[in-house]
Amino acid sequence: MNGGFFFWLVVKAIVITFIAIFFGLLYKGIDRKIVAHMQGRVGPPIRQPFLDVIKLMSKENIVPKHAVRWLFNAAPLICLASSVMLLLYVPWGGIDAILEGHGDLILILYLFAIPSIAMVAGGFASSSPFAAVGAQREVVTMISYELPLAVIIIGIAWKLSGIGGDVFSMAFITAHPIWENVGLLGLIGIVMLLLSMIIVAPGELAKIPFDVAEAETEIAEGLTVEYSGRNLAMFYMADGVKIFAFSALIIALFFPYGIASLLSLNGVIASIADFLFFLLKVFIVMLFSVTLIRAGVARLRITQVVTGYWVTITLIALIGLVLLMWDSHVGRWL
Amino acid sequence: MIPKAFKRSLWVFHVNSGSCNGCDIEIIAALTPRYDAERFGIKLVGSPRHADVIAFTGPVTNDMKDKVIRIIEQTPDPKVIVVVGSCGIGGGVFHESYHLAGPIDKLYPNAKYFYVPGCPPRPEAIIQAFAKAWEWLEELEVKK
Ligand code: SF4
Repeated sequence: MNGGFFFWLVVKAIVITFIAIFFGLLYKGIDRKIVAHMQGRVGPPIRQPFLDVIKLMSKENIVPKHAVRWLFNAAPLICLASSVMLLLYVPWGGIDAILEGHGDLILILYLFAIPSIAMVAGGFASSSPFAAVGAQREVVTMISYELPLAVIIIGIAWKLSGIGGDVFSMAFITAHPIWENVGLLGLIGIVMLLLSMIIVAPGELAKIPFDVAEAETEIAEGLTVEYSGRNLAMFYMADGVKIFAFSALIIALFFPYGIASLLSLNGVIASIADFLFFLLKVFIVMLFSVTLIRAGVARLRITQVVTGYWVTITLIALIGLVLLMWDSHVGRWL
Repeated sequence: MIPKAFKRSLWVFHVNSGSCNGCDIEIIAALTPRYDAERFGIKLVGSPRHADVIAFTGPVTNDMKDKVIRIIEQTPDPKVIVVVGSCGIGGGVFHESYHLAGPIDKLYPNAKYFYVPGCPPRPEAIIQAFAKAWEWLEELEVKK
């Protein structure tokens, strides 16, 4: 812990910020293009999100008269900063996370809650009834998806604890892919955990069908209703970065495999190959957990979101967890 | 850089200020796969705070008068107003009705207006008005 360490940390963090925003917006553009094609449209160009952000930056930034000014302006900044911070802890393919060893899976889970909490604070601070309804809905959605998410994490960590070691550290989890440590029952269990994780993703990222907090047709964009210009651009970028970070987390938990060892590469080329393969994996995970679901279904009601997560998804995750447990005790006779 | 961004990214907030719903359906038609306005970066948004363009349909009724002015004032600058349909321009089929507060450009004269005549206008005409709007926004940025 000396001066040089902190200097490099700051440099890396700044670089990561730009890379994260770049990839976040890029994947948002790809997502919009695919949805358009699925609906039989041509769709916007892939660079569309970049143009949107540049345009928003050049617009007037209005703070409503009755808003709590400092909180209203701080919320988008906290939202974007905490989304970028996630990418300092989540490993990027073959490359270890920058702050590896300084935080673990539990910390990442709490960090994922911060952008949502910042949006809730911003919503309440903007003194609009639409934003207040949106903020309440966001809190309810958060409460709903946290339970199945916790079950999934517990399942994975419990299974890996059989090997021994620091089960919550991301390096440990990526070094021991969970698929290799289970029998037949466990495999079914993991598939069920993966399924519930894929359905938790659109809730966590506020995408259709779980975007009740930002429903533009019912409550006029909900949380962000009063935001304009620069502040809105920050929320917009944070959204892209969060998609990227959550996909990276799913990859780290379920598909931490690299391609370099398969192609017997080494050195710098191995890192580059692993990184490109990681980008491909992020794309595939985003395709299944965000894009296809978004294009395929309509928005749910808030009550359906709660029962959906608390009953159906939690049940699927719990059965997965039980199967994983049985795997250790019953599985060896199968 | 900035003017180009305006050209390819235009967020529209749609307000029905007393229309017969004909023009509203034509605006939706401009977003359908047949015309696909999103390929030009035109997107409908749910809040005037996010908008660059406000699309008004219909003449302004007495009840909508103050709301229309408030919506225009809530939109961040630079902004453009597109009046879709004949009845927003001069009354159209509602001409000289007892319940009208008058055309929007009389109620709020100091903004930039673009008009799409027709009852209802075709979706191509609506998309062309948006194209005119972004040309104007572009020039505005160049002048700055
Ligand atoms: S212009 Fe015609 S179609 Fe459009 S709102 Fe007016 S009356 Fe209806």
